Amino acid sequence: MNFEAVKSIYFFEMARTRRTLLQSVVSPVISTSLYFIVFGAAVGSRIQEIDGVSYGAFITPGLIMLTLLTQCIGNGSFGIYFPKFTGTIYELLSSPVSMTEIVLGYVGAAATKGMMIGIIILGTASLFVDLSIAHPFVMLLFFVLTAVTFSLFGFIIGIWAKDFEQLNLIPMLVIPPLVFLGGSFYSVNMLPPFWQAVSHFNPVLYLISGFRWSFFEIADVNPVISLVIIIGFLAVLMGLLTWIFKTGYRLRN
Amino acid sequence: MAPIVSVSNLVKTYASGFQALKDVSLDIEEGEILALLGPNGAGKTTLISIICGIVNPTSGTVLVGGHDVVTDFRATRSIIGLVPQELTTDQFETVWNTVSFSRGLHGKKPDPAHIEKVLKDLSLFDKKDNMLRELSGGMKRRVLIAKALSHEPRVLFLDEPTAGVDVNLRKDMWKVVEKLRETGVTIILTTHYIEEAEEIADRVGVINGGKILLIEQKTELMKKLGRKQLRVELQEPLRDIPEALGSYDLTIGDGGDSLIYDYDTSGERTGITTLLTALAEAGIRLKDISTQQSSLEDIFVELVGARA
Repeated sequence: MNFEAVKSIYFFEMARTRRTLLQSVVSPVISTSLYFIVFGAAVGSRIQEIDGVSYGAFITPGLIMLTLLTQCIGNGSFGIYFPKFTGTIYELLSSPVSMTEIVLGYVGAAATKGMMIGIIILGTASLFVDLSIAHPFVMLLFFVLTAVTFSLFGFIIGIWAKDFEQLNLIPMLVIPPLVFLGGSFYSVNMLPPFWQAVSHFNPVLYLISGFRWSFFEIADVNPVISLVIIIGFLAVLMGLLTWIFKTGYRLRN
Repeated sequence: MAPIVSVSNLVKTYASGFQALKDVSLDIEEGEILALLGPNGAGKTTLISIICGIVNPTSGTVLVGGHDVVTDFRATRSIIGLVPQELTTDQFETVWNTVSFSRGLHGKKPDPAHIEKVLKDLSLFDKKDNMLRELSGGMKRRVLIAKALSHEPRVLFLDEPTAGVDVNLRKDMWKVVEKLRETGVTIILTTHYIEEAEEIADRVGVINGGKILLIEQKTELMKKLGRKQLRVELQEPLRDIPEALGSYDLTIGDGGDSLIYDYDTSGERTGITTLLTALAEAGIRLKDISTQQSSLEDIFVELVGARA
């Protein structure tokens, strides 16, 4: 294992985050605050509690997940796409690093950055609403697993993307609807039966539900199923990645 | 001694169906400077990319330091330094960081003293805190060289290192190459500038259409293919070659003011002495004589033109 290389990639990526601090950290905080003002304070004040939890608190796990997913996919994809775009990838490909080390470096940095922002949002949220975390370890487990899984997803998108449009396609067009329709702002039990059934095909529902359960012990689906779904998705991505590395898909061809 | 780089029967066909390399075999000895000459699209960069691990070969094997570049890539890539043709840099990084990053990628522990030495050798040290986007093209080229040297490679690939580079940098670079050779580093460079190959290479390979047309010691090559011309300037112009000189391979130049004699430098006898005697006997008075050797460039153009 070439630890020096993993370390180098990781800190190189983290340095990029530091350079773009304003855009990376301040903007998600502002947008989350806006959600709280609009949904939590303005709209939320007219919504009754959901399963005994105030609306503002109820949406917090969903908001954290929304940011975590978007950030991790964004960081993961950009981190590997950018060297492809500028051509500096030659260096990565001609270095004595295995694909595992490349993934550890890039995905590790993307997940770290995503989690940092997630924690900042949790902090911001606690300024607006009363939060209690019933199962901190389970919460941490969901948090880390989601960050890693979606950073990896982003990494694959970054390898696949041939231009900036493709790079933005999934984060911009696919993730927001999944997150919004995955019960970030409501319980799917509030939906008519047909849409409830449809929602169960949305993988993000399981993430948000499981994550929310770790806060309030209320869930749309059994948290164990949520955990299985994330781990399943992670396994699928790892399989895909193994295939990419074996064939040199869009990297060494 | 086993060659440091050994390429056998290498074939690369890209997904588009384009065959960039057709059965290339080549041995590179440790410590030598090999220049690969070839027109654009000849396969130079593909060859280098496969040796360095950037592109997967379709078939054939490449050994570097006795290790296979595909199955044992860690061993091969840690002794290879690569300076790519394109000026690709992380625009927003500082010189120091990007060079240190390269060292880390190659699994070497940080060594600020070595990085400082490399930067000083390339006259980059006073720019170490500058962002790359602030540097000129020539400076960026130096940074790429510094990156390749950051991990103390045993084999260095320079892919058209002096394309678009000013005279100063070219001379600096040759100095760096010379210094590296003294420390035993093997250097493979591709170039369009034939003077460059003539100046610094030990061996010259010519590649075109995905095939190595020849690979030869530079001096051998020049001897083998080098033709010399003797130019005799005359006091009085000649209209025809006198019959007495008919047995020599002569042509009239400059509208009759000179005679040009082509001869082979590898021959036992050049025939110059007898020609000059014959000229004197024919009563031809000479103003001046000069000789000219065909350059590597002539050889190259001839080769690529003839076999393309």
